[in-house]
Parts: sequence; structure tokens; C-alpha cells
Amino acid sequence: MTLSIGLALLLAIAMVVSAIMATRGRRSLGISILAAGLASLLASVMFLLLGAPDVAMTEAAIGSGLTTFLFFFVLGRVRRGEHD
Amino acid sequence: MAMIAMASGFLLILIGLFGALSNRNILRMIVAFAVANTGVNLVLVAVGYMDGRTAPILNEAVPVAEATARIIDPVPQALVLTAIVIGVGVTALMLAYAYKLFKTKGTLDISQYTDLKW
Amino acid sequence: MIKRFTLMLLLAGLGAIFAGLMLDYVPDAELNRTADYYAKNTAADLGAANIVTAIIVTYRGLDTLGEVTVLFLTAAIVGLVLAREKHEQSQPKREHPPTGELLTTGTRLLLPLILLFGAYVFSHGHLTPGGGFQGGAILASGMLLMLLSHPLRRFGHRTIAVVESIAGLAFVFIGVLGIALAGGFLDNRILPIGTLGELVSAGAIPLIYSFVGLKVGAEFSSMLLNLSETEEL
Repeated sequence: MTLSIGLALLLAIAMVVSAIMATRGRRSLGISILAAGLASLLASVMFLLLGAPDVAMTEAAIGSGLTTFLFFFVLGRVRRGEHD
Repeated sequence: MAMIAMASGFLLILIGLFGALSNRNILRMIVAFAVANTGVNLVLVAVGYMDGRTAPILNEAVPVAEATARIIDPVPQALVLTAIVIGVGVTALMLAYAYKLFKTKGTLDISQYTDLKW
Repeated sequence: MIKRFTLMLLLAGLGAIFAGLMLDYVPDAELNRTADYYAKNTAADLGAANIVTAIIVTYRGLDTLGEVTVLFLTAAIVGLVLAREKHEQSQPKREHPPTGELLTTGTRLLLPLILLFGAYVFSHGHLTPGGGFQGGAILASGMLLMLLSHPLRRFGHRTIAVVESIAGLAFVFIGVLGIALAGGFLDNRILPIGTLGELVSAGAIPLIYSFVGLKVGAEFSSMLLNLSETEEL
């Protein structure tokens, strides 16, 4: 019982840290996008711990994979406006 | 366990809102919206969790006769499936608009778009 | 400075509301009445082993129709917003370095496996976790691999549009058949229910979900195709 609670705590902390990195950074935009994708992936593992395998699969495939790829497509097209 | 997931979901919503309202680059705002979306879905799924029970799929581990005593609430999961797909559709639309905006003015800084200000 | 302060005030207020919600929350001990009904009657009425699939396709099928409509609108609007202007019909002169041998050979090996896996996921949606939306996303990722390894090839929009339209029409047609032959819209008892746990069981649920999977895969593919055909600014 405590194994899953410890794992959930670890996942929650890692998710919040990567979300902060995604929104707050003075880093480049590429790292922000990757951090948001990482937060989504960790949320997908947490969905599995909460007993929802359908939602975990959907979040991993669509929320983490496709969204990150869409962001990188558009980032590649607007390369000039990237540095702010 | 549901409390941990719900607390982290609420934190993600707050972080996403902060990022959407305090950044000036349009792409960073869209990234923050995506993070807030993830947070909302996490809170919704965490509401349906019950201690000691398992996923709502009937197989030899959860036979039909004892389904009522062994599974968690399946309705929030159905809602969240729809919400994730629509969230990614909205993100794709926002990105298409951001691309068109960049094509007209050449900058992604939202304080340069003053056409609608009086 | 004032802006940042007001923002912090707003977030603190929202945080207080969330904390109040969380402190009052007590997880349920028993299933509520709706979930109880779904748990008891899914196997007997519908014959589906995955209760979430049964809810999405049959019990709350009208919501799925709404979601499919929203996705269709999204794909159409992305295609409209990113349409190339008509007078630029000539081939753009893009110099692309040839993609590496690893990528092209890997694509040739992996693409049939990805398509097979996607078809497996959406046809077994009523038995294991999975279903139309996940299978459609896997199909779209196969298309993405092809876009990455052949960046200069022009893919036809017409094939994808035809697949999407036919899948959408078939979905609505099966739903209307449900009104004519069985209980209501998207009722799955138009085909025999069969035994719990087999592939050919649960009436029309595999058929409906397969069409949904094809439609979602075609929509995501068309969105990716439109985004990749924009010019480099």
C-alpha cells in the first residue's frame, strides 16, 4: 500500500517541477515545450495509478505525443520570433 | 492517494494560469494552456477514485458477479476521454492562429498587437 | 508591478477556493446509483467487457457524436486557416538535405507494424483498455513518421478526406439503424451480442468504434499534413 502512495508522491513532485520549468523559464522555447510534454507523460502514469488505463493510454498518445509534435512543427516555422 | 492527485492537479491549474497571464510570447502562453488542461483532467479523474478498488474492466480478475463491489466509478473516465481529445483540438487551432498572426506582423510578442486597443 | 500584484492576488483567491473544495472532499464508500447501474447491467445488456467503452459508445453515445463533430470542425478550420494562396501553384524551391538512411529504412520497417497495432487497438476496444481514439492517434503517428522521412513528397489530401467522410457517414448511419431496428440511437443490439470476452461480441460496438478510430486518425493526419505544408517564414 505504501509503495503506490510513495510513487504517487514522487510523480506529483516531478510533475509540479516540470510544470514550473515549462511556464516560468527564461530558457529557450524548446525546453519549455519538452517540459510540458514531460508533465503530461507523468500525469499519464498517475492516471494508471488511479485505476484508469483507458485515460492513461489516451493522455500518453494524444496529450503528450501529438501536442508536443504540433508545438515543434509550429516552432520550426516561426524561428525568427523565438527569442523573447 | 486521491488527495495527492487532486492537490497536484489544482497546482498544475494554478501554474498554467500564471504562465498564461504573465508571459508575452504567444507560444509560451499556449504551452501554459496545455499544462492547465492536463491539470483539469487530473482533478476530474481523481474524483472517481475509491480506495481498495480496481479499474472498471470485467475479466477473470473482476468477474461479473462481484463487479459492483470491486470497481471504481467509470463515468469520470468517459468524460475525461472526451475532454483530452477536445483539448488537443483546441491547442491545434490556437497554434494555427499563432502561425497566421506571425505571418502578418513578424513578431510573436503580444504587446505589439495593438490594433484592437482604443 | 501593479499587474504582477493583481495576478498574485487572483491566484491566491483561486488557491483559497481550491483548498476549501479539497478539505471538504470525502471519497465515496459505495458506488453511486448511476455507476451501480452501469456495473450491474453492462455484461447482461450489452455484452461488453470494458465498461468505459460501453458508456462512451452506447449509454452516452450522443456525447461521442458531439465530440466527433467538434474534431471535424477543428480539422476543417485548421485546413481553412492554413490554406495556401491560389496563385502560388508553382513548386516551391526548397533545398532539403536528404534524410538519413537510418530514418528511411526504419520507416519502411516500422510503418506496417504501427498501422497493424493501431488497427488492433481500435478493434479490441470492447475487451481491453483502448478503443477508437487511441487507435486513431496511433494511425496518425504512422502518418507522421512518413511525413518526417519523406519531407518533399506531396501527399494527396483527397484520399484522407474521402476516408474521413465515409467513416463519419457510416457512424451516423449505424446510429440511425439503431433507431430503426433496436432501442434507440447508437444502440448496439442490431447485431447479436454473443458471449462476454470474445472478439466478435458486444453487438455493433467493434464496428462503431472502428469507424470512429478511422475518422479520428484521418482527422489528425490531415491536421499534421496541413501544418507541414506551410511555408518556412
